[in-house]
Amino acid sequence: MKHKKGLRAAGLIFKYLLLAFLGLILIFPLIYMFFGSFKSNQEIFGTLKLLPESFHPEGYIEGWKGSGQITFGAYIWNSFLLVVPTVALTVVSSILTAYGFNRFRVPGRKVLFAVMMALMMLPASVLLIPRYLLYVSFGWIDTYLVFWVPAACATSSFFVYMFVQFFEGVPRELDEAARIDGCSSFQTLVRILVPLSKPAVISAVIFQFIWTWNDFFQQYVYISSVGKYTVSLGLRMALDATSAIQWKNILAMSVIAMVPCTLIYFVLQRYFVEGIATSGLKG
Amino acid sequence: MKQNALIKKHRYTRRDWSGLLYLLPWLLGLLIFQLYPFVYSFVLSFTDKSMGDSFQILGLGNYVRLMTEDADFWKNVEVTLKYGLVAVPGRVLFALLVAVLLSADMKGINLFRTVYYLPSIFGSSVAISIIWKFVFQKQGVINAVLEGIGLTGPNWLGDPGIALLTISIIPIWQFGSSMVLFLAAIKNVPKELYESAQIDGASRIRRFFRITLPMISPIMLFNLIMQLISCFQEFSTAYVLTNGGPNKSTFLYGIKIYREAFTNFKMGYASALSWLLFAGIMCLSGLIFISSRKWVYHDEA
Repeated sequence: MKHKKGLRAAGLIFKYLLLAFLGLILIFPLIYMFFGSFKSNQEIFGTLKLLPESFHPEGYIEGWKGSGQITFGAYIWNSFLLVVPTVALTVVSSILTAYGFNRFRVPGRKVLFAVMMALMMLPASVLLIPRYLLYVSFGWIDTYLVFWVPAACATSSFFVYMFVQFFEGVPRELDEAARIDGCSSFQTLVRILVPLSKPAVISAVIFQFIWTWNDFFQQYVYISSVGKYTVSLGLRMALDATSAIQWKNILAMSVIAMVPCTLIYFVLQRYFVEGIATSGLKG
Repeated sequence: MKQNALIKKHRYTRRDWSGLLYLLPWLLGLLIFQLYPFVYSFVLSFTDKSMGDSFQILGLGNYVRLMTEDADFWKNVEVTLKYGLVAVPGRVLFALLVAVLLSADMKGINLFRTVYYLPSIFGSSVAISIIWKFVFQKQGVINAVLEGIGLTGPNWLGDPGIALLTISIIPIWQFGSSMVLFLAAIKNVPKELYESAQIDGASRIRRFFRITLPMISPIMLFNLIMQLISCFQEFSTAYVLTNGGPNKSTFLYGIKIYREAFTNFKMGYASALSWLLFAGIMCLSGLIFISSRKWVYHDEA
């Protein structure tokens, strides 16, 4: 009996060690970059040492200066200017759409809903070129309208589906009661459903923020003037501009670029995993 | 049941119609940003459209040129298939492995879940590409480790024979969303199944292959398809890290579309490329679906 207990304890310790070891390997590149951003130029290469010999903040000071025309602070400001309205519009439009699908027997609802779900599987590259030409004819190229307007139209089926799933779990009797109390359908949405959907709203905010913040491709295609460059574009330019890469500066700015998402992740972590698990979607 | 029969006959009320008001922004978006581009890109693929207003209809010209004259097309296909063949199963299987590890009821397991998911929140951001470029440099930390154990590391991103493999293993690192889905599915497997199997003396490995795996096979199918769609369109990481090089060894299909459309401004040609990619993804998804009849378990109770 005792023997068996000992064996189980040993197995448990082995499991913890395995999990810790694998975890360390997984986040090693992140940690290595973080400490690397404080290293001196000589120290940055050819050494296995994780920690810097002494603390060098030069990378942050130099990197912050940006491209000469525009500082890294401006990239961050631009990123927020692009991302925050995109997130807000996505959440509002997705809630409205989900409400329409979930609480009304709209004519043609089944077909429309099927179309929306099918769009989730449609590779984005098929829509890329006509959308670009469309934005050219609208005069939207090199503006953030390219990101804001589609967000206002709930073009991400993922979020609509997420809210539909969530609303499904809110009893319809509540709507009924609100209606009897004289609430219009819009008031019912704002006063009853939205407050109850706080977790879904937070999940949507997190995901859309992180995806838009980290996006490179769309921003690269649509934004061309340096004055409107976002963090993604600024980083990529710094990597490209010099033949001899200023690693210290670039690592420091990468660390800064990752701060907003990391903060959001650790503060709102609970909603994060729930968000994927309940909606069950998106790679 | 009776009620259903009644509903079939029912006429839409004002309230039903009013729901359209809520769908209005989405309907507009559907028409302008989704359906119209979808149809238009198909039309464009048969033309020589560039940035100007006028264009000619080429019929199948673009498709024929791609497959017979384009010097890079088949290279793009080959590179992308090789990339997908490593990245898609690699990511899904690794996600499964981690999910199994993290499904244990242990103290502090949430901390591990948090850490394991962390890399995935950065998606294909440029900062992530920078990390990999830094780590995989010739004098980077990976080669320093190899040197420490007496090996000479290759030029991970600079050697045409190795660069594609390097690019293909990078996405495996960001397995988070597939992992979370697996984790939820594993937690949903009824405990009684394991208990009765244990009484029958089935080993842990046997229990995994006979119970867990069949029960989560629908999620496996879902993850495979979603990762297939995203990996075959990959652009950002490869573009920032190697820009298709060296010697076109990492010239992914996504980079080809980008160059034809936004460097050469051959919009018609690039549309044909994107439709071929779409067709390719559909075929592969179809194959996975067909094969899934053999390996996805459906509860027939």
